[in-house]
Amino acid sequence: MTVEAPPTHLRDEQGPFFGEFGGRFMPESLIAALDELSAAYDDAKADPEFHRELTELHRTYTGRPSIITEVPRFAEHAGGARILLKREDLNHTGSHKICNVLGQALIAKRIGKTRLIAETGAGQHGVATATAAALFGMECVVYMGEVDTERQALNVARMRLLGAEVIPVTTGTRTLKDALNEAFRDWVANVENTHYLLGTVAGPHPFPVMVRDFVKIIGEEARQQVIDLTGSLPDAVVACVGGGSNAIGIFHAFLDDPEVALHGFEAGGDGVDTLRHAASITMGRPGVLHGSRSIMLQDEDGQTIDSHSISAGLDYPGVGPEHAWLASIGRATYTPVTDAAAMQAFRLLCQTEGIIPAIESAHALAGAIELGRTLGEKATILVNLSGRGDKDVETAGAYFGVLDAGAGA
Amino acid sequence: MTAIGVIESPVASAIEASRRSRAGALIGYLPVGFPTLDESIDAAVALVENGVDVLELGIPYSDPVMDGPVIQKATQASLDAGFRLRDAFTAVEKIRARVDAPILLMTYWNPVVQYGVARFADDLRSAGGAGLITPDLTVDSGADWLAESDRTGLDRVFLAAPTSTDERLRLAVENSRGFVYTVSTMGTTGARAELGLAAEKLVARLRSVGSTSACVGIGVSTAEQIAEILGYADGAIVGSALVRALAEDGVDGVARLAAQLATGTGR
Repeated sequence: MTVEAPPTHLRDEQGPFFGEFGGRFMPESLIAALDELSAAYDDAKADPEFHRELTELHRTYTGRPSIITEVPRFAEHAGGARILLKREDLNHTGSHKICNVLGQALIAKRIGKTRLIAETGAGQHGVATATAAALFGMECVVYMGEVDTERQALNVARMRLLGAEVIPVTTGTRTLKDALNEAFRDWVANVENTHYLLGTVAGPHPFPVMVRDFVKIIGEEARQQVIDLTGSLPDAVVACVGGGSNAIGIFHAFLDDPEVALHGFEAGGDGVDTLRHAASITMGRPGVLHGSRSIMLQDEDGQTIDSHSISAGLDYPGVGPEHAWLASIGRATYTPVTDAAAMQAFRLLCQTEGIIPAIESAHALAGAIELGRTLGEKATILVNLSGRGDKDVETAGAYFGVLDAGAGA
Repeated sequence: MTAIGVIESPVASAIEASRRSRAGALIGYLPVGFPTLDESIDAAVALVENGVDVLELGIPYSDPVMDGPVIQKATQASLDAGFRLRDAFTAVEKIRARVDAPILLMTYWNPVVQYGVARFADDLRSAGGAGLITPDLTVDSGADWLAESDRTGLDRVFLAAPTSTDERLRLAVENSRGFVYTVSTMGTTGARAELGLAAEKLVARLRSVGSTSACVGIGVSTAEQIAEILGYADGAIVGSALVRALAEDGVDGVARLAAQLATGTGR
C-alpha cells in the first residue's frame, strides 16, 4: 500500500518565504516597523471586527462585489472562446488598488500612524492611497517617478485634488522602482508616525502576504460568479503582471484548482528581443530587490536594468515573490505582451464592448485573445480587468492619432 | 561568546589601536569609481594619509535605499561611468599596496548574491580587503554570509538602529566582527547639523548587551561631532561630507577635510 501524498494547499502559503522567494532584506532601521506591521496584521486578521469594518467599507464605499461582464463581440476576435471580465475598473477610484489600500489604511489606523506614504507608477495606487487618507483624515505623500508624472498627469492632479502631496522622483530611472526607493527612504526617516502603504505584492515581509490577502477577494468573488454563470470553473484565468497585485488577487482563489490554468501577461514593451521591456519573469533571474528575493531584470553585476512599457503601472523591473514561486513550480505561466499588442486589444475592447480599459489591463486582454485562439470556442476565460482607462486617454489618443491638433497631442 | 571570537579582526585591531593612542577611530567612506576609479583610489589613500583609521569603500548600486542625495549622486555617476564589481577588488588591492589601513566594502546585498557569496568573499580576501558592511542584510537574513565570512575570516559589520529591540541588538553584537555600525539617527545617509541623544543611548544599549566595538555613523560631518561621539563610542564614521568634498574640491579637498576631521579624535 502506498502512502498518499498530503494534499497540496498552495493557497495556505503565509510567507515570509514562498519556496526560495520572499524574505526580508531591509535596513535594520526598518525592521522594527516591519515587525510592528506583521504583529498588527496578524492581530487584525484574527479580529472579526476588522473584517466587518473592511467588508462594510467595500460594500458601501468601494462598490463590491464587482460584477463580471461577458464580452461576446470582443470574444469573436479571440477564437470564439467565452470571455468574462472581472470588472475591477468599476471600483471607486477606478482600479483594484483600493482593495489593498483600504485594508492597509485600517491597519495603519490600528497602530496609530497618522501619515500614509506610497509609491505609484500609473498613479492608480497613489490615487487610491490619497483617497483613503482623505477618508480617514490622514496626511498623505505619494512618490511618483518624474517620467510617470508626465505621462499620467491627470492622476497627479487627482491626487492633489484629494489633498495629497505628490513628489516627483528625479533619481535613477525616474520611474516606479525609484519611487519605491524614495518611499523607503522617507519611511526610514519618519517611521514613528508613518505607514508605508506599499502598493503591490512585492517588498519585504509582511507586504507580499498582507497585500495578497487584501486583494484575493477579487478571485474569491470571481470564482463563485463564474460558477454561478457557467456552472463550472473557468479553463483559464488571465491577468496583467507588473508587481503582480491584480494578478495574485484573481489567481489566488484558483491556486488549488489544478484544472484552471493561470496566465500572467508581462509588459513586453518593444519586444523581449529588444532591451525595452518589463518582462521580469520571462527575461530576469533570481536576486534581491526592494526587500525580497524574487526575479528581476538585472545585469551581470546585479544592477537593476531599466524597464520599459507604454503602461506606467507595469513599468517595473521586478515582480512579487509569490509570482516568482508560482512560475518556478509551474503553477502559473508568464508570457510577454508587446506595447503594440496591448494597444490593439485596448482599441478592440473600446470598439466592440464600449469599455475603455487601463493600458495595464489591456495586456491581459491581448493575452486573452491569443489564449482564446489557442483554446478555442469551448473554453471559458476569466480576465481581470484591473482598471479603467480614463487616465490613459491622452496616451492612447496620441498613440492612435485621435487627438485634435489643438488639444495638446 | 560564539566561535567568531577566535578569528582575528583587522578592523577591530585598528580601532583598538586608535583607542590606545587617541580618543578612538575615524572611519571614512568613499564610493568606488567616483569621480573616476583612479581618483577614488587616490582619494582613499589621501584619507588614510590624513588620519583615517579604517576605510569604508562603497560599491555603487542602482537602488541604494539607505543613501541620501550626496552619496546617491556620486554612486550614480560611478555607475554611469561604467563601474563594474571587479573595480572594487582592484581598488582594494591598489589602496592596500599604498597604505596599511583595513578596508571594508559597504555593499547592498544583490551585487554580492549575483557575484556569488563564496566567490565574492574569496576575491575580497585575495585583494586584501577586511570584510563587508551590509546595509540591507541583517543577521537573521544572512546565513550564507555568516558562513562564508567565517570560512574566509572576513569581518562582517551589521547595523544597529535606535528602533532595534534589545534582542536584535544582541544579535547584531554577537554576529558582527570588526564593529557594530551604530545608526545615529533614523534616516538615510547625509550630513546633519545636530546628532541628538539617540546615538549615545544606543551605544549604551549596545554596551549592555556586550559590544566592545561600536562606531557611530549617519549624519556625522564635523570634528566637533567626532569628538563628541568618541566620548562614548569607539569610532565615528563620516561619509557624505567626504564625498561632497571630493566632488567639489577633488583629492586635495578631501585630504584637507580628513585632516581637519582627524583633529576630533585627539584626546
